[in-house]
Amino acid sequence: MTVQTSLTAQDFKSDVKPIWCPGCGDYAVLSAVTKAMAELGRPREDIAFISGIGCSSRIPAYTNVYGFHGVHGRALAIAAGVKLARPDLTVIAAGGDGDGLSIGGNHFMHACRRNVDMTYIVMDNQVYGMTKGQASPTTAPDWCNSKLTPEGTGISPVEPARLALASGANFIARGFAGNPNEVARLIVEGIHHPGFSFIHVLSPCVTYRPEQREWKNVVHPGEGDPSKAIAEAMQRLSTDDGYTTGVLFAGTRPAFMPARHEKASMAEIEGKFLS
Amino acid sequence: MTAGQVLLDAASKAGFYGLMTRSMGPQIRGGEAAALLRISTRPISSLDDHYDLLVAFDWGNINRFAAELPLSADSLVLADPTHGAMPEPIAAYGARAADLALKDIAATIPGGRVNMVGVGAAAALIGLPLDAVLQVVTTQLARKGEAVLAASTAAIKAGAEAAAALPATARLPEHAHDGAPRWNISGNEAAGLGALRGGIKFVAAYPITPATEVLEWLAPALEKTGGVLVQAEDELASINMVIGGSFAGLPSLTATSGPGLALMTESLGLAVASETPLVLVDVMRGGPSTGIPTKSEQSDLNIAVYGLHGDAPHVVVAPTSITDCLFTTQWAVYLAEALQTPALVLSDQAMGQSRIVAPQPQPAPFKAQRLVAEGGLETYQRYALTDSGVSPMAIPGTPGGQYVADGLEHNERGTPSSQASDHQAQMDKRADKLSTFDYGAHWADIEGEGDIAVITWGAVSGPVGEAIERAKAQGMKIRQISLRLLLPASPERMAEALAGVRRILIAEQTHGQQFTKFLRAHYDLPAERVVVNRPGPLPIRPNEILSRLLAWK
Repeated sequence: MTVQTSLTAQDFKSDVKPIWCPGCGDYAVLSAVTKAMAELGRPREDIAFISGIGCSSRIPAYTNVYGFHGVHGRALAIAAGVKLARPDLTVIAAGGDGDGLSIGGNHFMHACRRNVDMTYIVMDNQVYGMTKGQASPTTAPDWCNSKLTPEGTGISPVEPARLALASGANFIARGFAGNPNEVARLIVEGIHHPGFSFIHVLSPCVTYRPEQREWKNVVHPGEGDPSKAIAEAMQRLSTDDGYTTGVLFAGTRPAFMPARHEKASMAEIEGKFLS
Repeated sequence: MTAGQVLLDAASKAGFYGLMTRSMGPQIRGGEAAALLRISTRPISSLDDHYDLLVAFDWGNINRFAAELPLSADSLVLADPTHGAMPEPIAAYGARAADLALKDIAATIPGGRVNMVGVGAAAALIGLPLDAVLQVVTTQLARKGEAVLAASTAAIKAGAEAAAALPATARLPEHAHDGAPRWNISGNEAAGLGALRGGIKFVAAYPITPATEVLEWLAPALEKTGGVLVQAEDELASINMVIGGSFAGLPSLTATSGPGLALMTESLGLAVASETPLVLVDVMRGGPSTGIPTKSEQSDLNIAVYGLHGDAPHVVVAPTSITDCLFTTQWAVYLAEALQTPALVLSDQAMGQSRIVAPQPQPAPFKAQRLVAEGGLETYQRYALTDSGVSPMAIPGTPGGQYVADGLEHNERGTPSSQASDHQAQMDKRADKLSTFDYGAHWADIEGEGDIAVITWGAVSGPVGEAIERAKAQGMKIRQISLRLLLPASPERMAEALAGVRRILIAEQTHGQQFTKFLRAHYDLPAERVVVNRPGPLPIRPNEILSRLLAWK
């Protein structure tokens, strides 16, 4: 099915102008995604790019593949439907930390354990940008800059990679928007890895979280080979500072795909009702 | 339930037609349950006003469902004397009673069970041929081994012998099989088959009473015909998986009941806005909230018609009988695909979980036929404004057709737009494609003539039909209009159907007269009207309708 093409990252960009703020990390993720799409060597029409709602969820419209911009929190469900219906397509889902881990949290857990062969990119900026700066599930409990939670949330944040591992994700990686080449490489690796791959991307919000400009000074590559053993990966992630980039876990579970057969005619099926 | 199933199957084998509904309590397994049967020499689509025979295997929790077991003075109640006196709510019917020592008779047979003794006695009393009963049991118990089969056979025969000493009850006439092919099918199975015949290839759903059997029937049937069924983590996921499957090119369906439909409404709006076809079968149960999950009602009409936020035109259809669950679901697949919109099928527990022995349904021509974009896509616009309002849909994999489906308002190309002119144009498009489509004669089942009409829908169509038949026998002329297409409304066709009608009766199974209010909102109705309505679980009986009609004689 795969056809080698000589498309460049630019060929995967659409002419729609992003609504993102200048300096937003999502621009770099868009570059990484289109670079990854070009590296796959598949024609544009064989890729489906699915999202929910939020700043980052606008991303499919900025690419030139088939896309679906759905409702808040349900990108993974639409993506699973696409892949299960059409296993021949390459399916990528993307969105933000609120979309994927708050309103869509249940689907995230089940996508990890269902292990449908698709790739999910979460652009994590630890804030709801589209609604003008509220705490997200990855926001620190003492962040007081939202009018909605002026004293901070007082709730410990979700660590997405740990949640993914505990839920059964088959491939987990973390990238930083400041290093789009690495993000592109991780996306390609995730797409090639069988089953559900989760790419956590630290993508700064310069508007509501300007302090995230400092992320470039704290991200660091992981040490050694990515673990294939869940227990070892658990151990590493439990002490991880959340800024380690690279592949964090690469499991060996086969992808989920129900079998398809045509082994009965309608006449045989309907015959059972004859009385 | 097994006893009821055996009797229905045996009736079918002996050449009769029949209907079996069930009344279940809330228990996970066991607990009170009643199999409610009507057997006839001709096809039927409704329960009668009362039952001729009640076989009580025990009196457990009878207070909870005695109202669902109407009896007349001529009815016969059989009960084991060791279970004590007949409880008050049953005694209050004033029916005749007789003892049947179910336990003692069963005890004389190794492995003998009371339910098979009851089957034998009931079959003998109503004149159901014993060999038909034994044939059915032999088939049903073949895989359980010879010992079980022998015990059941002996128990049935012992029950039949005991019946000789019992008072007579209504008996079936001598009747030969007319040779016409007939089906034994439940409404939920029929809906599943309609989906399959319509061309559904992808199903995602979450289990819920009383819709689960649609899915349990579809799971192996789809697998054998090259389709896929996925159990989702919740209804939010199932509706969105279905949207994904349909976007990817496969005719897709989900099935649920009221609480699930409530969860799905936001995403139904997404299907409307993104013009993604899908079918949703809602097998209605008592509401609101968790309500009465095991019993029927028609009270999801409002949420199905009005439950989406924004102006969101979509299709709502309803089967008019158990067998019509097949036709209407198949038609819904056709409509959803042709119109690129969600189509809701409002079935209910009374149809879904009832079994009927009926003439084999006629095949219908409706198949999923989506207008797809192929070739010449240099200037492709997914949401192009067309005369029909339907625009060619590019399926992933089609070169040059790439677009982004969107729940945001968009322009013809699909690019998000908050511009007034785009909103107006796309709203017009989505409304016009539904309102200008030719739904043909299937919008309603219309029968009869005269200046009185009964307007109804869904499971209530059966008792209405029977009431009108009885009124006709008394010389009245009455028209029946059972709506199949609820949305979009068809005011011109209704005006035609009501030509010459001076008085109408509206019959529905809701507390709040949802159907009546729906009709008043969409149609010009004669001023003189009567409404017969009641919430579930007590079905509306033919005589309740008949008495109102006779008042107009």
